[in-house]
Amino acid sequence: MKKGILLHEATDDVGVAVMDLQAGEEIEALTLEGTPVMTLKVIENVPLGHKVAMRAMAAGHHVQEYGRSIGYAAQDIPFGAHVHVHNIKSLRWAASKAKVLEE
Amino acid sequence: MSLPNIPLTGYRRENGRVGIRNHVVIMSVDDISNAAVEGVSRLIRGTYPLTHPYGRLQFGADLRLTFDTLIGTGRNPNVAAVVVIGIEPTWTEHVVKGIAETGKPVAGFSIERYGDLKTIEMASRKAKEFVHYASELPRVPVEWKDIWVSTKCGESDTTSGLASNPTIGRIFERLEANGNTLIFGETTEVTGAEDKIIENCVTPEVAAQFKAAFDDYQALVESQGVSLLGSQPTEGNIRGGLSTIEEKALGNVEKMGRCKIAGFLKPAEEPKKPGLHFMDSSSAAAEMVTLCCAAGAVLHLFTTGQGNIIGNPIEPVIKFSANPLTVETMSEHIDVDLSGLLRFEYNLDGAADRGLEMMARTINGRLTSAEALRHDEFVITKLYRSA
Repeated sequence: MKKGILLHEATDDVGVAVMDLQAGEEIEALTLEGTPVMTLKVIENVPLGHKVAMRAMAAGHHVQEYGRSIGYAAQDIPFGAHVHVHNIKSLRWAASKAKVLEE
Repeated sequence: MSLPNIPLTGYRRENGRVGIRNHVVIMSVDDISNAAVEGVSRLIRGTYPLTHPYGRLQFGADLRLTFDTLIGTGRNPNVAAVVVIGIEPTWTEHVVKGIAETGKPVAGFSIERYGDLKTIEMASRKAKEFVHYASELPRVPVEWKDIWVSTKCGESDTTSGLASNPTIGRIFERLEANGNTLIFGETTEVTGAEDKIIENCVTPEVAAQFKAAFDDYQALVESQGVSLLGSQPTEGNIRGGLSTIEEKALGNVEKMGRCKIAGFLKPAEEPKKPGLHFMDSSSAAAEMVTLCCAAGAVLHLFTTGQGNIIGNPIEPVIKFSANPLTVETMSEHIDVDLSGLLRFEYNLDGAADRGLEMMARTINGRLTSAEALRHDEFVITKLYRSA
């Protein structure tokens, strides 16, 4: 099994590809201390350094990395998908825009 | 976890602080004195010309920060002696006095009433004297706790937050336990992780000082009618896989590890006690490292994902990267290759051991990649336009 995804926290919603991953590959995800978390099928090509969904997330879900929220799902994200600027957005940015609209 | 058992040597200065380099600096007080400074440095071997584009008609907090940056850089223990050159005597003397408090040799020259050529001759005679003095100073045994260390990350990507920043975190945890003085900062780039910083301040007072500086910076950005959240992460960050400013910030603050924040510093302010300090600072690499140097840090740990190549003329910058593409395509810039972390060749503590070993070698005299490549970025933070 190819060790190809690293997690900051075992409970995170996203892991980081440590090599270029191809759609359809079965990949093992581990913590940085080497503890296996799960194996999953990557459903899209994910370049080195980009994120993979460790579970399916509904639109609006607060995405967890480092054990904290890094933004929200802008659309439904399937398990094993590439997670990046096309499907997650900053909560800070959203909050800031809302403030501008109120004014 | 311990620090490497490698004997360390450095230069113990008149005030007891320890430097790891032994520069004789020729310093400009202002832009129009750069020509004279360059003139002296061309005549006298072993001098370094510290020039910059500011210093005329600045006022208020902006002027104070320029003075603090110049004085702090001259005071830095990596500097053995300083020749200060300015156009007129009052500001030149102010810089000389600030540096002289350390007890190190310093002399000032002003160009009015002499002109460049006479000034260059007088300053060169003094610089030659200082070079003879500095070149006979011996390296002596020093301790890890004598070494003030600063850190910053640049051109970050997910490998920064995943691997190289947590490695710095582990190094900082060991240095904190050892009683070292440590500095980090980047006031705007912790946006999205400011709660983590506030939670880790040792007292409510330190937390309040940080929060005030943080809010002030956000207000400054908003006063320009822009949102930082719109420009962050940068194009380079996004290419590297970072998606939101929160993700970038949470990766950034991995550099503090599980350290507590013992104190808050204004830009270029010297820490007064050991422990990790947050310094209010720009997140632009050269400005931030220049401020760390002015605050007295003698060794900088810089992590990069996509490949920031910054250096500093006075404070050596050790470059860390865990991105295998960066390590391969920009190898001449990287001192510590941490890409093995992504291949499970070692864990974070093993990575920290590699970093500390390179720190010991750098303290003992090994030139960093940035030093060898002449990356001498000295950049004063300008707060607003001059009068």
